[in-house]
Amino acid sequence: MTMRLPIRLASVALAFAVVALAGPSARAADTPDPVADAKAFQKFFKDKFPQLKPDDFVNGPYSMNEDLHRQWEEKEQFPPYEFALEAGKEMFAKPFKNGKTYADCFPNGGIGIRQNYPYFDEKEEGKVITLELALNRCREANGEAPLSYVKDDMASLTAYMAYTSRGKPMDIKVPNDPRALEAYENGKRYFYTRRGQLNFSCATCHVQSPGERIRAEILAPALGILNAMPIYRSEWSGMGTTSRRFTTCNSQIRGVPLSPQDEDYRDLEYFLSYVSNGLPISGPGARP
Amino acid sequence: MTIVHSIPATRRLILQGAGSVALFGLGGILLAAPATAAANDKYPEEAFKQKSDADAIKALYGKPHEASDKVKLDAPEIAENGAVVPVSVTTTLSDVTSIAFFVSENPNALAASYQIPAGTTPSVANRLKMAKTCNVIAIVESSGKLYSATKEVKVTVGGCGG
Amino acid sequence: MASTIRVRAISNGDTTEVQALVQHPMDTGLVKDAQGQTIPPHFIQQLTFEHNGKNVFLANWGPAVSKDPYVKFAFKGANKGDEIKISWVDNKGANDATTAKIQ
Repeated sequence: MTMRLPIRLASVALAFAVVALAGPSARAADTPDPVADAKAFQKFFKDKFPQLKPDDFVNGPYSMNEDLHRQWEEKEQFPPYEFALEAGKEMFAKPFKNGKTYADCFPNGGIGIRQNYPYFDEKEEGKVITLELALNRCREANGEAPLSYVKDDMASLTAYMAYTSRGKPMDIKVPNDPRALEAYENGKRYFYTRRGQLNFSCATCHVQSPGERIRAEILAPALGILNAMPIYRSEWSGMGTTSRRFTTCNSQIRGVPLSPQDEDYRDLEYFLSYVSNGLPISGPGARP
Repeated sequence: MTIVHSIPATRRLILQGAGSVALFGLGGILLAAPATAAANDKYPEEAFKQKSDADAIKALYGKPHEASDKVKLDAPEIAENGAVVPVSVTTTLSDVTSIAFFVSENPNALAASYQIPAGTTPSVANRLKMAKTCNVIAIVESSGKLYSATKEVKVTVGGCGG
Repeated sequence: MASTIRVRAISNGDTTEVQALVQHPMDTGLVKDAQGQTIPPHFIQQLTFEHNGKNVFLANWGPAVSKDPYVKFAFKGANKGDEIKISWVDNKGANDATTAKIQ
């Protein structure tokens, strides 16, 4: 009898303790915490690659392998995206048929603003706006046909805009608006969800295996992975946007690619860009 | 490959009073060994048509080459992408008149051939296509003799390349 | 129309370092397009660099030179402010030329 009371008290105390501990954790799992996510995300990669300077992450596979790095350095002397960049600069300056220009649609005339995209449009639509989406909206608002999200013209335009932001730290805002937090969480969920016949998530390659090979190619770390966008890929012998990379990657893991500016892709870009806040824009970039 | 500018033609030009014709390349022929595709400004069409590096070197130069550590060939271990492989050559040899690059398993081995006039540094960097893993051969012509360096470059089909 | 040739010529002591990037498809004639048609060969054959009327570098290229070809070399005897002339001709007989000042 005397033995059972302490045991009962102990088990009750234990039960309380479990509830007390479980309570806050359960609540935390329901509330997105981008600030904590970004911190943990960046710490994970910095711990995994202690020899890299934080800024090195924006160079993707080139910071993972010496042989690749040398080839990249040689090509950066006179980079393959040079012509796309020039074309983009001309396109950006050329007025629409109605006389207006892209500069009229963007803060600071569209110069040095790339690091603020994507952003969450709280006022009007309640969704994530990427730079490419904003550019096409600008075109349509001024009577011009939209550009394809996966072809050269859009990539040239964003190449120029990225160039004017080179060196500026990624600066994505996730306001304390439930819709923005939901978009952020959706992007995060997409990133960690397995898909396609190969059953890979973005994380499978870019969080679990950066610096390792998928067949013969070296994988880039997810940290800073969008900072070099748009990219000239040797594989494409040409320039491509984030949308082009997302859709082709989905195909390569034998999944069904979404439409280029699908909500899931925009949310994914939002999440990935946010957790890389503070790392410099290095676009336009070159990649294998 | 036949000699391109025969002596009679040169004499004809001089007789025609075309003294202002730039005689670079032609001057060399009057003094040096028999002209080959590499020794003048004409595009070495035949050399580019050859398949193997041996045949291409023969068509371009018509003489043997020896390996030399004075020819420094820089190429990657594993090409990032076979479409754009940065390859460069530099040499401490003197009196270099031409430098050529061959990719042994390309459909046509000769990739590029450069004329190096006097006063130009014997060093070239370029970007080449490689069809598959094989040897890149650099030939440097110095004082009429050929020296070479060879490096194997691995070319893979990229994993993310689908 | 803007030239296809981009040049950087930098004076470094008594040597001028030259880099050129040329916009050109450099098609090998061995690749098929999306419709299954072979894309015919289309590549620069000769690229020449002149200073004071004299060739300082001549490139003989085949289709194995990469798309948007690049070349780097150096030569002596030129000064800052001098002009160099760069020109190319391709297998279809097209050509382009530009001049650049040595920086």
